[in-house]
Amino acid sequence: MNCEKAFLEKPLIEGNKSFSQISDEICAPVERKPGKLWYISFFFAVSALTLGIVLVTYQILVGIGTWGLNKTVGWAFDITNFVFWVGIGHAGTLISAILLLFRQKWRTSVNRAAEAMTIFAVMCAGVFPIIHMGRPWLAFWTLPYPNSRGPLWVNFTSPLLWDVFAISTYFIISFVFWYIGMVPDLATLRDRATGKVKKFVYGLFSLGWDGSSRTWHRYEILSLILAGLATPLVVSVHTIVSMDFATSVIPGWHTTIFPPYFVCGAVFSGFAMVLTLMIITRKVLSLEEYITMKHIDCMCKIVILTGSIVGLAYMTEFFIAWYSGVEYEQYVFMNRAKGPYAWAYWTMVSCNVISPQLLWFKKIRSNLVFVFMLSIVVNIGMWFERFVIIVTSLHRDYLPSSWAMYTPTFVEVGEFIGSFGLFFTCFLLFARFLPVVNMAEVKGVLNVGRKTEGAHD
Amino acid sequence: MLVEKQKELMISMKNRKKYLIGIFQDEDMILNAVKSVCKAGISIFDVFSPYAVHGLDEAMGIKRSRLPIVTFLAGLTGGLLAMLLQLWVFNIDWPIIVGGKPFNAVPAFIPIAFELTVLVGGLVTVAAFLFRSRLGPGATPKLFDSEVTNKNFVLAIEQKDASLDINKVKEMLITLGATEVKEKEV
Repeated sequence: MNCEKAFLEKPLIEGNKSFSQISDEICAPVERKPGKLWYISFFFAVSALTLGIVLVTYQILVGIGTWGLNKTVGWAFDITNFVFWVGIGHAGTLISAILLLFRQKWRTSVNRAAEAMTIFAVMCAGVFPIIHMGRPWLAFWTLPYPNSRGPLWVNFTSPLLWDVFAISTYFIISFVFWYIGMVPDLATLRDRATGKVKKFVYGLFSLGWDGSSRTWHRYEILSLILAGLATPLVVSVHTIVSMDFATSVIPGWHTTIFPPYFVCGAVFSGFAMVLTLMIITRKVLSLEEYITMKHIDCMCKIVILTGSIVGLAYMTEFFIAWYSGVEYEQYVFMNRAKGPYAWAYWTMVSCNVISPQLLWFKKIRSNLVFVFMLSIVVNIGMWFERFVIIVTSLHRDYLPSSWAMYTPTFVEVGEFIGSFGLFFTCFLLFARFLPVVNMAEVKGVLNVGRKTEGAHD
Repeated sequence: MLVEKQKELMISMKNRKKYLIGIFQDEDMILNAVKSVCKAGISIFDVFSPYAVHGLDEAMGIKRSRLPIVTFLAGLTGGLLAMLLQLWVFNIDWPIIVGGKPFNAVPAFIPIAFELTVLVGGLVTVAAFLFRSRLGPGATPKLFDSEVTNKNFVLAIEQKDASLDINKVKEMLITLGATEVKEKEV
């Protein structure tokens, strides 16, 4: 009997749990007072956020001149941060939507936190183009509405406007998907709540959920529909972000490989961020039996796959630059590898192409400290990727007399730190007030690998 | 005052109905129970569970939801409206040449039309789901058991007419594996 069992799939959720045990353990961090560690992290996150707010205020009062931009390099740190954060957001929707359509059951323990990460990352991303506007209080001018200026419409053929629509649609749909997925769990919290305020708040947000089979039936169909809508959406968002560059005629940007290359890079950086967050979360909230080594292993494999595709894209770019015979294109790529920003280029290559290859070894994949460090290395690499694409393509243009160098100022670096503050403040609040693991879905996959009969799919 | 309160209570009692409920602890048992109860010709009011039990909708004879039709129509409306707005603005209301592109730059209108297809399709479907399931902020849940969002699977049978032999059904539910059988007004 034991021999037979050894060949079966391992249980997704370890520890032979009962339904009420799942509710107790996942609700525990929400129902008890947070520990010292939470307060310390929250303090640092809010401090970083405050720094960001102060610097953004200063930048808006004084002007974009507080940044290190010049005539030649008009886009740099700010857009790098925007693409970086949007990219991170992609893993959440991939886990919750694409893996749902592929019926990957391991996603159930990590989808809630990954979706939360998506929403917060998109919020951080949205800040950067808005503060770059110079007059951010007029940001609503990007929306097409009948106005007293003519009506003067927006330019529907501009990829920057496509971005407005793509990012806001992505934010709204991800948020709705995340919230609808949480309603049954909010009902669990409502029925467990003892205090009056808690009961009222969780009651209000659980929308009167009663677990009826008819509602569950519609709910399952709704999840599939939203997943089906979110899947092309997530691909379209980074495609459109890449078109900000690809539809221009700047050597180094004007390439058709950008959309798939950006989407893979986004998934790559997103999964690295999910790994970073999940390794901490499972430890701090003692969820090791829910987010198991199998989950870490699966995500590491996605990191290898997407990392290798990104590596292939770098090589293809170089090859096509040489093959095109366009000397400007060739110069841009040689300048990336050998020019004044070569250090950024080689940081990017070693972080994104070489380091994830270590994950081929099972021993390394099962070493949490190593995976954690690697996930941070990948994120550093992906930030540099965007920096390299944006700054090196601009700083030496067609006219050598206008060549320039770009160095970020304290304001730009501080605003980037501030965006991390915003991200972690939101994530810590999420971990404090909402269940980080989808209880209803985990209960549904509890039987996977436990018994041969009755395990549904 | 007291009379008014009693009246209120009477009204709320009037809306309440009597149900026979059986509580199960396992998804296989509730599935089996639903099938057996249906076979015996007793109509089930509803089943309540802490998570989506696959196969339950089929066993209960629930018709497949028509939500996908809503999504299709809403998505189509969103996409068409976005396309029409862009065409109207660029051809009729304020024709302007940007970057040498033609007025009818249809390929350039696709991204926004696509995003609005997804946005309108998604939001309308969620609204239809909430409306159809009578969910929304402020809706009071009809809880047949306080543990239904935690661990219990509840089978509820409405006591509509006298022909239903309650004791017989009770016995049946117990033999099917119910850990608790009771009559309850909800």
